Amino acid sequence: MSTLATQITTAEVSEIRHRRIVDAVIEKVIYTSAFVSITIIFLIFLYVGKEALPVFTSAKVHEEVTLKMMFLPQHYGTAEAPVSYMWQPISQVPKYSLAPLLLGTFKVTLMAMLFATPLSVFAAIYTTEFAPRWLREIIKPAIELLAGIPSVVLGFFALIVLASWVQKIFDFEYRLNAVNAGIALGLAVIPVMYTIMEDALTAVPRKQRDAARALGATPWETAWKVVLPSALPGVLAGFILGFGRAMGETMIVLMASGNAAITSWTFAESVRTLSATIASELAEVVFGSPHYHVLFFVGTLLFAITFILNWLGTTIVGRLRRKLTGAIA
Amino acid sequence: MKRRIYDRTLVTLTGVSVLVILMLLAVVLGNIVSNGWGKITWEFLSGQPREGMTQGGIFPAIFGTTLLVLLMTVFVVPLGVCVAIYFSEYANRTSWLYRWSRSAVDNLAGVPSIVFGLFGLGFFVQSVGRGVDKAFFGGRLNYGQPAIIWAALTMAILTLPVVIVSVEEALRAVPQSFREASYALGATKSQTIFRVVLPDALSGVLTGGILAVSRGAGEVAPILFVGAAYFLPHLPSKLNDQFMELGYHIFVLSTQSPDVEATKPLLYATVVVLLGLTFLLNILAIAVRARLRIISGGAR
Repeated sequence: MSTLATQITTAEVSEIRHRRIVDAVIEKVIYTSAFVSITIIFLIFLYVGKEALPVFTSAKVHEEVTLKMMFLPQHYGTAEAPVSYMWQPISQVPKYSLAPLLLGTFKVTLMAMLFATPLSVFAAIYTTEFAPRWLREIIKPAIELLAGIPSVVLGFFALIVLASWVQKIFDFEYRLNAVNAGIALGLAVIPVMYTIMEDALTAVPRKQRDAARALGATPWETAWKVVLPSALPGVLAGFILGFGRAMGETMIVLMASGNAAITSWTFAESVRTLSATIASELAEVVFGSPHYHVLFFVGTLLFAITFILNWLGTTIVGRLRRKLTGAIA
Repeated sequence: MKRRIYDRTLVTLTGVSVLVILMLLAVVLGNIVSNGWGKITWEFLSGQPREGMTQGGIFPAIFGTTLLVLLMTVFVVPLGVCVAIYFSEYANRTSWLYRWSRSAVDNLAGVPSIVFGLFGLGFFVQSVGRGVDKAFFGGRLNYGQPAIIWAALTMAILTLPVVIVSVEEALRAVPQSFREASYALGATKSQTIFRVVLPDALSGVLTGGILAVSRGAGEVAPILFVGAAYFLPHLPSKLNDQFMELGYHIFVLSTQSPDVEATKPLLYATVVVLLGLTFLLNILAIAVRARLRIISGGAR
C-alpha cells in the first residue's frame, strides 16, 4: 500500500481534485436545468395569473366588470331589458359575459371530437389488429405527416376551401360556422388521439389475443371485446388529451369559425372560442385596461382547464403502462 | 355465416376509417400543392412583397422565420439536452425533483400555444424587457416591446418538451456497457456523459433540434403578441427588432386582406413554402432517427 501511495505525485493529486470539481459543477448544472423546467411551468402560471388577478381585486376593473357579470346573465341597457349573455368588450357599455365564449368553445370542441374520435379509434384498431405489415408502414408516416401540418395551414384550408364545401353540403346560411371549424380542428386532433390509442392497443399482450382466438372468437370479437377493453384506459387518455388539444387550439378556430360571439346551440352559426378571443383581441387592447385583464383571465381559465385534462391523461397513460408491463412479467 | 358477415363488415369499417384519414390528408395536400406550386419562382422566394401583397415575393417572411427558429434553437437545445441528461443519467426516480420535473415537462407539452403567447407578453415583454430597459437604457423603450428575441424565447419554451423527449430517447438507447467500460477506464461521470454517451446519442440531439425547428416554424399563436409584424420595410437586424414570419403572413393575408381573390395565388404559394419547409424538416428528422436505430441496433 505504501509504495502505491508514493507513486501518486502532487500533479496527479491536483488533477484528480480538478476532475472532482468539474464533475460536481456539471452535476449542479444538470440538476439546475431540471429545476428550471419546473420553474417555467410556475412562471407561466404566475405571469398569466398575475395579469388576470385584477379581475378579482382591482376596484378600477370592477367598475366595468365583475366575476358575476362574466358568468351570470345580465340586464343590459335598462333594468327592464330581458336578461342575456353578451360578449362585447368594445362598446359604449362593455359586456363581458363568458357564456358565449364557453359555449362556442364547447360547440367547436364537441364537433371536432365527434368527427375525430370514431376515425381515430377505428384507424388505431385497424392498424394494430388487421393491417398487413406493409400497410402499417404507410399509415404511420401518413399520420405523422398529418401531425406535421402547421395549424395555420389547416386554418387556411378550412377558411378558403373547406368552408365552401361544408356550406354547399349542409346548405348552411353562413360560410364560417362551428361545423367547418370543428372538422378542421378534428384533422389536427386525429394524430394526437391516434398515436396514443395505437400505443395503448399495441401494448396489450399477444397472449390475450391468442387466448381469445383459441376460444373461438372472430378477429373482430377479439379486437372489440378483448383487446379494446384491455387498452381502454389508454384509449380514454387519448380522448382526454385530444380534447385538451382541441380546446386550446387557436389558429384553426380563429380562421375557420367566423368569430361571432353568439349564444346559441345551433352548429350552423358562427362561433367564437376562448382561444380565438384572446388571439383576436389582445393585440389591440389598451395595456392595463379591464379588457386586458379579462383576456388574461380567459387565458388562465384555458390554461387551468387544459392543465387538468393533461394531468388526467398522462396519469392514466402512466398507470396503464405500469399495469400492462406488470401483466407481462 | 351471419356472424362472419357481421365480422367482416366491421373489420372493413375500420379499414375505411384509415382510408378516410388518408384521403383527407391527400385532399388537403393536393389542393394546396396544385394551387400553389406553379407560383413558386425565384423572384417569389427572393423578392419583397409589392402592391398590397398581390405581387412580389415573401423573402422577408422566409428570413424572419429562419432567424426566429435559429435563435430559438440556441436557447432550447442546450437546456433540452441538460434536462434530458438529468432524466436519463442522473435522476433518482423516487426523488421529488424527478417527479416534479417529469410532470412539468409532460404538462408543458399540453399548454395551449395561445397561453405561451400570453406568457411571452406578460413575462418576457412586460417584465424582463421592461427590467432590461430600466437597468441598461435608463427606462427608454428598447426591449420592453415585442421583439424577435422575446418571440424566440417564447418559442423555445414551447418546443422544450419536443427536444427533451427525443434526446432522452437517444440517451436511453446508448447501451449500458458503454458507460461501464468508460467507468472501468477511470472516467468520471461527467466525462462518461460528455465524451461517451452524448456523442453516441448525437443523432438524437439532432433529431430533437430539427423537430423543434419544424414545430417552431409552424406555430403562429405564440408570436401574435410578441414580435411578429405584417409588413416591415427592413429585415430585422437587432435582437429587439420586430420581424415578418411565414405563418403569421398566411394568417393575416387570408383573414385581413381587402381583396382575397387577388392575394389568393401568392397566398397558396406561401402556404406551399411553409408546408415544404416543415415537411422537409420532419423527413430529415425521421431519416436521422432511422439512422440512429440502425447504429444503436448494430452496437448491441
